[in-house]
Amino acid sequence: MRRRIEVDLLSRVEGTGALTIAVRDGRVEAVRLRIMEPPRLFEALLVGRGWEEAPDITARICGLCPVAYQMSACQAMEALAGVVVTPQIAALRRLLYCGEWIASHCAHMFLLHLPDFLGFPDLMAMAREHGELVRRGLRMKRIGNALMRAIGGREIHPVNVRLGGFYRAPDESALRDLQPELEWGLGAALETAAELGRLEFPALERDYEFVALRHHAEYPIVEGRIVSSRGLECPVEAFDQHIEEHQVPHSTALRARIRGRGAYLCGPLARINLNFDRLGGAAREAAARAGLRVPCTNPFKALLARAVEVTQAFEEALELVRTYVPPRPAAVAPRPVDGVGAGATEAPRGLLWHRYEVDAAGRIRRARIVPPTAQNQAAMEEDLRELAPELLHLDEAAARQRAEWAVRNHDPCISCATHFLDLRVERR
Amino acid sequence: MNALDPIDVFENQRPFGSRPKVAVWKFASCDGCQLTLLDCERELPALGEAVTFAHFPEASSARVEGPYDLSIVEGSITTAHDAAQIRRIRQSSRVLVAIGACATAGGIQALRNFRNVRAFVEAVYAEPDYIDTLAASTPIADHVPVDLELRGCPIAPDALLRTLQSCLRGCLPRFAADSVCMECKRRGAVCVLVARGEPCLGPVTHAGCGALCPGVGRGCYGCYGPKAVVNAPALRAHLPGEARRIARLWVNFNAAAEAFAREGGDAAQDRG
Repeated sequence: MRRRIEVDLLSRVEGTGALTIAVRDGRVEAVRLRIMEPPRLFEALLVGRGWEEAPDITARICGLCPVAYQMSACQAMEALAGVVVTPQIAALRRLLYCGEWIASHCAHMFLLHLPDFLGFPDLMAMAREHGELVRRGLRMKRIGNALMRAIGGREIHPVNVRLGGFYRAPDESALRDLQPELEWGLGAALETAAELGRLEFPALERDYEFVALRHHAEYPIVEGRIVSSRGLECPVEAFDQHIEEHQVPHSTALRARIRGRGAYLCGPLARINLNFDRLGGAAREAAARAGLRVPCTNPFKALLARAVEVTQAFEEALELVRTYVPPRPAAVAPRPVDGVGAGATEAPRGLLWHRYEVDAAGRIRRARIVPPTAQNQAAMEEDLRELAPELLHLDEAAARQRAEWAVRNHDPCISCATHFLDLRVERR
Repeated sequence: MNALDPIDVFENQRPFGSRPKVAVWKFASCDGCQLTLLDCERELPALGEAVTFAHFPEASSARVEGPYDLSIVEGSITTAHDAAQIRRIRQSSRVLVAIGACATAGGIQALRNFRNVRAFVEAVYAEPDYIDTLAASTPIADHVPVDLELRGCPIAPDALLRTLQSCLRGCLPRFAADSVCMECKRRGAVCVLVARGEPCLGPVTHAGCGALCPGVGRGCYGCYGPKAVVNAPALRAHLPGEARRIARLWVNFNAAAEAFAREGGDAAQDRG
């Protein structure tokens, strides 16, 4: 007996994709997550551009996580130029990034993921029966956006980020004004974690290799070394010695694997498994209320990991706002040198790695960008492979919904994933 | 943003019914402009009651067949498949609004228009033959008639909300056609070009952002694209700084907009 589960257009994900699961006599023959997003060829169009343009140009890869692109690009260029920003600039960057984590995670939790758990096609329908939960979620999301606006000028493609720091440091009053909303947000995040912990989670335990940044003191957002749950440990610039990308015919996104091993997972579940001991007090409280314990290998519980990380972001943002001192100067202007630089930060969806070669005049000679969704593609297909036997017992619509749900667990950003590889590629 | 009199695009046909069908479409883009709709956190639940989102895959798994009262289109056309798709969308939509720099001016991906796209694809992909892409990234209006264009990379949330509100009342909004420079003056910001010698495209860039960049002491980089009537060569002659850097400033997020491409096209071809 043959059966195909086809989703011709994935919904509630960012970008254009589809999936196919083919089963024959109870055996899974093929699982394909197809990325149909038209390629935009960023790595090629960056060649010849000015190094100072990289943060603004790469931000346009993704409207949901532009700050992640800006931060990874800045970090790569600063590494190249040998510039270290002041602690005040670093703190303001972290605050901006907290805003993006809050806005992006809340968008995913409430708009994209929760409707699966509660049985609705979208937030608008969910709002009719769960008005209070939806209002709370949207208000939390709005605070993340307000934080990005206060620092970056706007929440999508902020204009205030530059190599070495910011064009202008926001006034203390502009950030202090956000304090009452951030305090409310922290309470709302804890409440949300408890509420989501009471949901029913489909059973699925996976044998992931988790990959994330790890920092000696902080929960990983802006910096750290790259580590995995199976012993990988390397500095950011060595990423491509351990991880390789390859292309498959059914996708315009390149896929990543750990050399000699295979698929791995990055993102909130990976971060929390590898960095639980770096969470703050409120985030640990959120984890306890949500019933999230590590190791956690159920991909559906990424929802809870996000709730805990939103709590972490609110907790940190509140502290950063309380202690905010406008950096003077607002940027440590770097000078270009002929060389290579790599940077990696934790985008809401996971590790985002950039590498640039720049000439002495500051022109980009080569660019390489590895976004989290490209890294997670293989793991997402493996999730579907594991789920497939169970899907066969469901009717067509339910099987499709369950399969899409499993993809949404990882908050794929298909626009990000689409592009990219190195000029020095092996032809196979 | 200054509103002028709205235009009656419905040409005396029946206005939208009580719960119009709205579709949101995506082509080559970053999703940021349709995300702008989801970023209207206060308005979103009410909007969900006022209209039926008949096709909005980023936000909903529910789908209702066309025709649609209003189609909101994000992204530029870069594949033969998408060129055919936008014609089908136009046929099934009463009103079509193109949103953002990709849909109105090709987007950053239109930098390919100045170069050999095959070389671009080979630079990025190991198996270029798997990749279907056109030589140029083009705005929606190059393919089908567009009723309204919202500028910006990304668009401004208030422009999108006003468009939706107007459509519900049976008209389309009109936006002031002046420049970022004028917004900057009204904001009372110090001119970064005159006072600090920062290259700034404010005088030729379409209004709508509220002069964000000069507001943080940075020159405008033209993400709203050229305003309707511009004298770009005159501004170019006044922009201080290294020639190549200035040339690049003209061709970024609205790379297919002619008024800007004429000033910076040479730089975009130069891989130096």
